[in-house]
Amino acid sequence: MNITEKILAHASGSKQVYPDEIIETKIDLAMSHDGTTPPTVMTFNKIADKVWDPDKIVIVFDHNVPANNIGSAEFQKITRKFAKTQGIKKFFTHGEGICHQVLPEQGLIKPGEVIVGADSHTCTYGAFGAFATGMGATDLAMIYATGQTWFMVPRTIKINVQGALHGYTTPKDLILKIIGEIGSFGATYHALEFTGSVIENMDVPGRLTMCNMTVESGAKNGIMEPNKAVLDFLKVRNVSDFKVVRSDKDASYEKEYNFQVDDLEPQIACPDNVDNIHPLNQVEGVEINQAFLGSCTNGRLEDLRLAADVLKGHKVHDDVRFLVVPASKNIYLDALKEGIIETFLEAGAIVCNPGCGPCLGAHMGVLGSEEVCISSTNRNFVGRMGDPKSKVYLANPAVVASSAIAGEITGPDI
Amino acid sequence: MKDKIEGKVWKFGDDIDTDIIIPGRYLVLTDENELAKHAMEGVDPEFHRKAQDGDIILAGKNFGCGSSREHAPIALKAVGISAVVAESFARIFYRNAINVGLPLLESEKILSQFNQGDKIELYTDKGILENERTGEEYEIKKLPEFMLEILDKGGLILYLKEKLKEEM
Repeated sequence: MNITEKILAHASGSKQVYPDEIIETKIDLAMSHDGTTPPTVMTFNKIADKVWDPDKIVIVFDHNVPANNIGSAEFQKITRKFAKTQGIKKFFTHGEGICHQVLPEQGLIKPGEVIVGADSHTCTYGAFGAFATGMGATDLAMIYATGQTWFMVPRTIKINVQGALHGYTTPKDLILKIIGEIGSFGATYHALEFTGSVIENMDVPGRLTMCNMTVESGAKNGIMEPNKAVLDFLKVRNVSDFKVVRSDKDASYEKEYNFQVDDLEPQIACPDNVDNIHPLNQVEGVEINQAFLGSCTNGRLEDLRLAADVLKGHKVHDDVRFLVVPASKNIYLDALKEGIIETFLEAGAIVCNPGCGPCLGAHMGVLGSEEVCISSTNRNFVGRMGDPKSKVYLANPAVVASSAIAGEITGPDI
Repeated sequence: MKDKIEGKVWKFGDDIDTDIIIPGRYLVLTDENELAKHAMEGVDPEFHRKAQDGDIILAGKNFGCGSSREHAPIALKAVGISAVVAESFARIFYRNAINVGLPLLESEKILSQFNQGDKIELYTDKGILENERTGEEYEIKKLPEFMLEILDKGGLILYLKEKLKEEM
């Protein structure tokens, strides 16, 4: 069996599971946020009084923090009341950051576990060798009540990445390249398992960036066997009660892709779909109104550091607003200590509090019609960040920063 | 779910994502009728005025990709859509739609066989659909029995309640 099958077999109490088989599994950790908890609670209240295990539930306020309108304020009231009544202690409401950064940071993500969340980017946690996937409110309400759900065991596509990333080419560019190859629905219902020297040597933030975007190819989950960086990350946080799961040597895969990345350049996802991928040099010169650095994809310290290196000694273009949103409070603090936040502010960027921010057009940095944004986020759908006539280009943090300086899409000087 | 669903077709292409179906700024709405006013706003802000009860959405590949927001199938149901027929669906949307009682049916290469406004007849028990204008019939993937039951009761919660009542 491969890693996904092994984790699902264990969670369903079976020795072996097979692709396409429908299984019932226990859940190790379930998560919802300020946007999805209220619909979950409304459904939960129709079927149960007490959650199955308050210690296995995590709730994070990240989508509209602080509340930006009466609706989101009411949503947060419902969520606070639920957490209090149910005795949910893993409850992060004070600007700790984006769920997909806060959970790993808090040592809550463990290899080999089954993790679900009412957020499509829950697949991020596959970076730790966990099976993690997104669900809707009704499914999550059932899990909050019973601790169980059903899954169809996914067929697995293996992605083998060899070589080394150079210059300003980052894991973001690699995952964009992969999505461009397999398409926006090339992995629907499938698991994407990443292997090869590039993945084995990749740091935790890079792994999180890549697994985060697997849903943009339709995948149920993205997964990587834990490497030394992951085990060190867990050790620092005193997390030791887990078992590392690895694919068998003779594990079967529906399909395999091979990527050689020595010559990979920065990639851009052009409007209006994430698989509309072009190398940076084909997109250079597109004028922008906004640049956004942040999100569960690319709002980590390493991303901020990379962008600040590009920005140092430069000014943000007069016609561009550059928004920087650290993915968590801890990242914000570290960036302050390193002088990164100072670099952003001096260059003319607007630094906002941790959260999902402008990524989904619900909170800050909303785009007007015909406006163009270059963004380190994960989606560029029609109207994603505001008006349906606005446009979003997805890029890595260095390209976002250099474009903010130039006023048009461009890469940093190497 | 009824064995036969019929309605007027609204045609959409590939990759109709959840930001098109219901933009992120409306996630704080809980009233179905309010959500209905913004259904498909990403491609047609007037959709809620044009759509009539019983209409059917016909789309290409990967319908419902993107966010896990259950608001998406709820908004479509609330605006009067009786079923979505597509060449394929994104997986989170698929589970969400069945859970809230919105029938989804898959049929390969179906999009080019219909014009906007054609009348479509879905026979879920037989696994076929018909274009009334041309009289042509096409195969649809049959849904498993338990999903049909969930749809029949109007969603997972209503289905469970009924089940629990039966057991008592």
